[in-house]
Amino acid sequence: MDIWALLIIPLAAALIITFITRKHAELSSYVSVGAVILCFLIVLPYFLTMLGNPHMEHIEQSFLWIDIPGLMVEMGTIIDPLSLIMLFIVTFVGSLIHIYSRGYMHGDKGYARFFASLSLFIFSMLGIVLANNFIMIFVFWELVGLASYLLIGFYFEKPSAADAAKKAFLVNRIGDFGFILGIFVLYYATGTFNFVKMAHIIQAGQVDSGTLGLAALLIFCGAVGKSAQFPLHVWLPDAMEGPTPVSALIHAATMVAAGVYMLARTGFLYAAAPHEAMMVIAYIGGFTAFMAALLALGQNDIKKIIAYSTLSSLGYMVMSVGVGGTGAGMFYLMTHAFFKALLFLGAGSVIHACHTNNIWEMGKLYPKMKITGVTFILGSLAMMGIFPFSGFWSKDEILASTFFSGNYPLFAIGILTAMITAIFMTKLVTVTFFGEKRYHGHPHESPFGMTIPLMVLAVFAVFVGLAGFPGLDPNFGTFVAAVAGSTAAHAGEHGAHAEHHFSYFVAITSTIAVFIGIAIGWTIYSKKSIDNNAIAARFSGFHKALQNRLYIDHFYDRVLVAGIYNNIARVFNFIEVNIIIHFAINGIAYTTRQIGKGLRLTISGQLQHYAFAMVGGVLVLMVIYVLL
Amino acid sequence: MLTLNHFLILSFILFSIGVAGVLLRRNIIIVLMSLELIFNSVNISLAAFAYYLQSITGTVFVVFNITVAAAEVAIGLAILVAVYRTRKTVYVEELKDMRY
Repeated sequence: MDIWALLIIPLAAALIITFITRKHAELSSYVSVGAVILCFLIVLPYFLTMLGNPHMEHIEQSFLWIDIPGLMVEMGTIIDPLSLIMLFIVTFVGSLIHIYSRGYMHGDKGYARFFASLSLFIFSMLGIVLANNFIMIFVFWELVGLASYLLIGFYFEKPSAADAAKKAFLVNRIGDFGFILGIFVLYYATGTFNFVKMAHIIQAGQVDSGTLGLAALLIFCGAVGKSAQFPLHVWLPDAMEGPTPVSALIHAATMVAAGVYMLARTGFLYAAAPHEAMMVIAYIGGFTAFMAALLALGQNDIKKIIAYSTLSSLGYMVMSVGVGGTGAGMFYLMTHAFFKALLFLGAGSVIHACHTNNIWEMGKLYPKMKITGVTFILGSLAMMGIFPFSGFWSKDEILASTFFSGNYPLFAIGILTAMITAIFMTKLVTVTFFGEKRYHGHPHESPFGMTIPLMVLAVFAVFVGLAGFPGLDPNFGTFVAAVAGSTAAHAGEHGAHAEHHFSYFVAITSTIAVFIGIAIGWTIYSKKSIDNNAIAARFSGFHKALQNRLYIDHFYDRVLVAGIYNNIARVFNFIEVNIIIHFAINGIAYTTRQIGKGLRLTISGQLQHYAFAMVGGVLVLMVIYVLL
Repeated sequence: MLTLNHFLILSFILFSIGVAGVLLRRNIIIVLMSLELIFNSVNISLAAFAYYLQSITGTVFVVFNITVAAAEVAIGLAILVAVYRTRKTVYVEELKDMRY
């Protein structure tokens, strides 16, 4: 029963704030923070039990929701290592970010609304994690979309924020359309929505591989939208219009990772799907990772840089799932949640102090903000993947899965991405915290309510990677293997080992790549022996393309929206105005009116005319009756 | 010997007179009286059928009909009086305002 409480508590918090305590900002924040911490306390004992017993059986609790002939939908929860890890991340990181938000959003006039939306988000996110069937995951999938919409558009009086919220919502619709089609395909093929039952049917080989491939790609569409993979990645950078804690919680640590979680949850499908479908997924992930890292290079907005690095990380995870390393992907998801939340909160702290997003208007902040500085640097080191920080272990597992499954082009992309990541992270850290002073006013360290979450997250960002330490048994791989390990079988005999394999070759290659990246970044942005403006001028076309996001957004605006969408709209407008409105609606009205005008002439007002017509009518009916 | 047919023929004759009166007379009071004639022709056939079919239903129906007819006449005459007061006429063809 306490599992259902995980859903009820945050929902109740959201409703209480909306309907009762909305006028009292402080009280509202306590309700919301209390709810998420309570959820964390409920999850914690389960999580600790799971750590002691990695091969636990899954626990399902469900009740029938819709029961009509031919369609049976249940509402249910599933507790297994996979969902527990995700529950832990969501509630733990969520708690820290809630606490941080109390400081960050202080004095905002939408304070209560902010916390109501956050609670709604926690409710929806826990619903996704707990769902034991496709319909339920889809319902909560849309709910996180709603929460995301509300929070991106939090400053809705700003047109850019309102537009970003709309963009996120609409772009996600495209992916979700594929998602629900995939659900239908699977239901048609297996006759159930339940993950466990569906897994049994698919593992028994009762579904042909063509259908599985189609379903796998359609379901993947949902992840493409939610986890912002190419070509639907365009909404995530714009989503940074939301408040920074939102970016940290929703658009870095949890919601965007829901796509990867969903892929892991439906790992049985991807284990059975044909190789070609998996390669599509792997290459979309790899391409997203590489492209986003390039785009991050061209940004000067502190949040946009981290946003593109998030895109890049999500691409990494998806690539990992594609090559069969679902466990590695989940491991990266976990470490990423900690260090990316840390980076965003650190960025928030900096923005809070400097009142600008542009890193070129900061500089030399380190002496002023020591806690933020140190934690931010730790987060960056984890992000870059330097031994022994958490990012090193998780990135290494992904690269090892890629390498040992024989996808060498993807491995090369991964290494290259790691190098570019190191360049822009070095740029971010050196330009923001070191170099000469470029800020205005008097930035000062944020209050304890904000720095304590930073410190806690920093500890985790540094050490959580050790969960995947190869010498440790049971380590992270063991926990996920129960659910996702079956995926490894797909990747062939190499891949089967990749889950737990640690390779010095891979580790050293990636470390060298990262140090090259740091060296390049340091030379350009710190030592300045190469002028970054000179580079920009030398490759001006490329530089411009990067700053314009490789023109992908322009392409969507001009070709898809202006070219195709507007023309389709014109055709439908023509049909609507001329055929439906003029012909059907006005036509019927006109005809009726004309007939009425004609019939009006028969109305004389003479009582006896009517009586005569009535008697005549009765006589005619009688004659007909008698004759027939 | 009176048979059912005699009653029905009587009923038909009364009915026809009533219809002719409603259709042809100008005076609205006569029209109303003709209406009552139609009513009572129906009552006669109802009572006749009730007798010959040995069913109490028809008889009861007649009693109800008479009651309803009394009420209807009261309303009808009241309207007639009101019409006469405002229009100063009882001729049907002059009461033709209910039209376009």
